[in-house]
Amino acid sequence: MIISSPKDRQKLEHLLQNYRSVFLVGCGSCATVCKVGGEEEVFATQEWLEEGGRDVTGSMILDEACHIMRAARELRRFRDQVEEADVLLVLSCGAGAQSISDCTDKPVLTGVDPLFLGNVRRFGQYEEKCSLCGDCILNETGGICPVTTCAKGLLNGPCGGMEDGHCEVDHEQECAWVRIYHRLENQTQGVFSHIVEPKDWSRKFKPGKHLLDRKSFAEPHK
Amino acid sequence: MSFFSDKLQAGRFVITAEIAPPKGTDVEAALATAEQLRIVDAINVTDNQGACMRMSPLALSRLLVEQGYEPILQVTCRDRNRMALQSDLLGASALGIENLLLLTGDHPRFGDHTASRPVFDLDSVQLLKGVIGLQNGIDMAGNRLASAPRFFTGAAAAPAAEPRQLVIRKIEKKINCGANFFQTQAVFHRPQVESFMETVGNYKVPVLLGVLLLKNTRMAQFLNAQIPGVQVPLNLLKRLEGVDDPLQEGVQIAREMVSWARELCQGVHLMTFGREDLIPQILAE
Repeated sequence: MIISSPKDRQKLEHLLQNYRSVFLVGCGSCATVCKVGGEEEVFATQEWLEEGGRDVTGSMILDEACHIMRAARELRRFRDQVEEADVLLVLSCGAGAQSISDCTDKPVLTGVDPLFLGNVRRFGQYEEKCSLCGDCILNETGGICPVTTCAKGLLNGPCGGMEDGHCEVDHEQECAWVRIYHRLENQTQGVFSHIVEPKDWSRKFKPGKHLLDRKSFAEPHK
Repeated sequence: MSFFSDKLQAGRFVITAEIAPPKGTDVEAALATAEQLRIVDAINVTDNQGACMRMSPLALSRLLVEQGYEPILQVTCRDRNRMALQSDLLGASALGIENLLLLTGDHPRFGDHTASRPVFDLDSVQLLKGVIGLQNGIDMAGNRLASAPRFFTGAAAAPAAEPRQLVIRKIEKKINCGANFFQTQAVFHRPQVESFMETVGNYKVPVLLGVLLLKNTRMAQFLNAQIPGVQVPLNLLKRLEGVDDPLQEGVQIAREMVSWARELCQGVHLMTFGREDLIPQILAE
């Protein structure tokens, strides 16, 4: 899931300074779970805007703001309220915000800063384990990603900053390479038995695009 | 090849020290420091050390070559991708720089440009391997070079880091990728040097022990708190505290470490941070 944090109110106030009326958009998926753009936060933002003397012309919570077509369809349902607003304020990740900005001529602002693709440890505690690099090394590293969980993304072992098995950048955190080392102790030697070649960053070509091959999708076992 | 490499390969005890390029364009002070380092075999030129932005070490290394010194150009993976690294290395060779120390590099979080994007497109092992390729006339994308550089490449080792087995695995990879020598982080504990050399000594790759001049207690505490991989033990902190002239005590401590190096390692790498004038005292037997 996409983990985001809210922009601070002062920054938001600055962004909104030239606008009188606002239409609010939240997202029922990731933004709801990490509490930046669910019903509760949309409501709190509406109160804050109104206290600041602005009109909120309306609001909606999309099931998944990242779904471009659905976002467009929902937005059409609220056409009058959107028309009335000077600006749309989206409380979802950047993907969601761009579904919205793609289907309106109104200015679209985002009220959150997207951080990373996160695993949920427990409610409110999120951890980044995969950075979607396009060239996965997990099969060699005992299922622990050094690209993401090593502060430097090293592929051939720890850096010289490792101290008592901890990371030089965050002393609270165990060094990713220590975890990989222990995980592999009882498995095959994996990443320690050979030189890992530099990553193929061409797999991470921007902007990312992916087209599911419909034929193989229909006959997955062929 | 370089005088430094000849001496190391002949099995003679080698002494290196280091200079940081200036934060600015005037190299006068750096060259004055170099003058004080005439007595050492080679001078490391640091690469945005501690992730603080300074003059390119490539430029200062060339100036040192012109003045008859033998630089060891430090190259980190923090600030440049594989294209920029290779390009700089070809340039270094054309400028007469023969010795390299290839490093991962400190994370930008420790430096003066904390908002900069950490690159780490390569790690130190991959960079070492890339240099072998360049020397064979092939770049990292498999293209042929019109002419190939020749380098004497070294790498870093952290004898104090734990778990030790993991440190050794990385050292093995570096040796497999052509590391001709190691310069270590500062080590203040003799048993650490002994046990490290017991293992790494078997590889027959020369090790230059890192010896850091402790100037006072405050500096030792700073190292413990701020510098990754460097730990000054309590007994040395106490020694520095209990004397009228901590700097002289620091010199004495450094001399002891140099004596360990003479006994157990193949050379010593001195880090004196502005007190290069004390190097003759530190080296006095």
